[in-house]
Amino acid sequence: MTFATTISGWGNYPQQESQLLTPSSRASLNAAVKLEGSLIARGMGRSYGDSANAHKVLITTYCNHFIEFDKHTGKFTAEAGITLRDILTVIVPKGWFLPVTPGTSYVTLGGAIASDVHGKNHHIAGTFGQHVTSLSIMLATGEVITSSKQQNADLFHATCGGMGLTGVIISATIQLLPIRSSFINKQTIKADCIEAACEAFEDNSNATYSVAWIDCLAKGRNLGRSVLMLGEHAEEGKLEIDLKEPVSIPFYAPSALLNSVTMKTFNGAYWHKAKHKQSQIVPLMPYFYPLDVIGNWNKLYGKAGFLQFQCVIPKNDGIANMRKLLTEIAESGEGSFLAVLKQFGKANDNLLSFPTEGYTLALDFKLTASAITTLDRLEEIVVGMGGRVYLTKDAVMQESTFKATYPKCEAFELVREKYGAIGKFSSAQSKRLGFA
Amino acid sequence: MKRVLIIGATSAIAEHCARIWAAGGDELYLAARNEAHLQTIATDLKVRGASSVVINCVDLNDMDRHIEVLDAAENAMGGVDIVLVAHGTLSNQKSCERSVEETLAEIQTNALSTVSLLTLIANRFEEERDGTICIISSVAGDRGRASNYVYGSAKAMVTAFTSGLRQRLYKSNVAVITIKPGFVDTPMTAEFKKGMLWAKPNAVAEKIVKAIDAKKSEVYVPSFWWAVMAVIKAIPHKVFDTLKL
Repeated sequence: MTFATTISGWGNYPQQESQLLTPSSRASLNAAVKLEGSLIARGMGRSYGDSANAHKVLITTYCNHFIEFDKHTGKFTAEAGITLRDILTVIVPKGWFLPVTPGTSYVTLGGAIASDVHGKNHHIAGTFGQHVTSLSIMLATGEVITSSKQQNADLFHATCGGMGLTGVIISATIQLLPIRSSFINKQTIKADCIEAACEAFEDNSNATYSVAWIDCLAKGRNLGRSVLMLGEHAEEGKLEIDLKEPVSIPFYAPSALLNSVTMKTFNGAYWHKAKHKQSQIVPLMPYFYPLDVIGNWNKLYGKAGFLQFQCVIPKNDGIANMRKLLTEIAESGEGSFLAVLKQFGKANDNLLSFPTEGYTLALDFKLTASAITTLDRLEEIVVGMGGRVYLTKDAVMQESTFKATYPKCEAFELVREKYGAIGKFSSAQSKRLGFA
Repeated sequence: MKRVLIIGATSAIAEHCARIWAAGGDELYLAARNEAHLQTIATDLKVRGASSVVINCVDLNDMDRHIEVLDAAENAMGGVDIVLVAHGTLSNQKSCERSVEETLAEIQTNALSTVSLLTLIANRFEEERDGTICIISSVAGDRGRASNYVYGSAKAMVTAFTSGLRQRLYKSNVAVITIKPGFVDTPMTAEFKKGMLWAKPNAVAEKIVKAIDAKKSEVYVPSFWWAVMAVIKAIPHKVFDTLKL
């Protein structure tokens, strides 16, 4: 079935008139891919910008079935439209967890692979794609082929992180992580400036999970003050999962609600509320997915939407460079209350995968003309530092910036050509970034 | 552990009900027309925890096969505790208006085949003096409207039929639960623009399974549809006939 509607990414910007295809079986999926014209696969629509926007999009969420789960080895296979949340309901009670998880459980398996998402354990576990042992991909012809690090490896490394531009991921097999408890031992560390935060990451580099909330509005001696949250899977406790339906925000908040005063107040309160060296035992869900308790939190930014900026800058001179970047952001006064700092481990072999060794910073900007200017300036600074921005968050990057900062993009295009993806799989983002 | 027979098991609502039962470790018997789709669902339900899943590929419009399906389900599970009747099609009202044949085919699928199944199941459960029958009707059956009265009238028959059946089986300890879903976001309704009135199939399924456990009689899902339909039913004909609904 097909129908037309207006779609957008999680940031509600940009919007696009789109024809939606909603296959619910392999056969209807095949028919949808063979239709004339180009399309892009779309799962939960949680990438922020326009990477799942196109004139024609193929909704994958009706193909959301489990295929195999070996409770003894943690080998797990499912259709790509299944959500991580759905996977957790089945695997956690049996003593398994996702080897890598992003900050929301409302993403599909296929989306997690196409974005090659990372989590709080990137410095140890790498990206989601590094735990995928096999992929079934539907090519432009409708043919389904298997790909892994051993088989059609070029397609595998292009598809993990490939933003859906190589084909439609039909199903995937991943190796899960064994756990003994569904609780996390969480430790909080307060760092009163950016240097102290980076040092704390370094000191705790063997912690399984580490991430910091960072106050992007603080200036002067408070610049970059952060609250680090470390985590380890607990050894004891029940294996249970409590999935509360999220509280929904039924309408767009007036965008004036989020202004520099409310954001400063929030950030200040958050900083002062955190307790240094506090240890807590918390359940998995609120630890990994704190924002999932509010459905549609994106509506808090008002109807105009927001932009998310996530960059990584190399470890060399990383601390000094992060100070420069934060100074720029604090001066702009436009950062939001959802800012995150993390130290990344080494890059992987996937052609368009985002993480590289260094520091990553992610924050939201309420959409305004000046926010776009700020973003352009930040992008320029990041490129000058040898860093880059994350395609899954991007809505505004220039083609030249992309090509300069993703050096394997030409190799990626060659793989697309080899497997017949050119002209078939494209998004608003891929067109903006100069893909054929 | 419950033994559940699901008729029309590939419908989105039925599938989500099955997922809830599977998570509880129940035994499932799935009947529907599309074999590949049934197989996909059966595999999924096993991973989700169903203690057994058997599929039966059958066109439910072929009423001669109804007895065979019921027998096979009883044999496979050693009896049946709950039957969920969920098969159906969402009629294309405009093309039904132009074709008697299509109209009657929709009535056949959405009403007559259901009546056939219900009669057979009711007689078995009545004899056993035990069992629960749950049937997916629709708010569309509450009052015929120009926009979908073919589908609506078929569902009206199902609602009236199950109302009577419930009375008849009351003394035999057999529960008959009529579910009236409102708008549900499924591939079948993909072409509609979704507003506040739309519910997700997993949320609808949760309410259905609860209604079955509580042996309710007639349930609007989500419940606010009771109020919506009360208003629609209360509109006097003089006004109703002029409306575009």
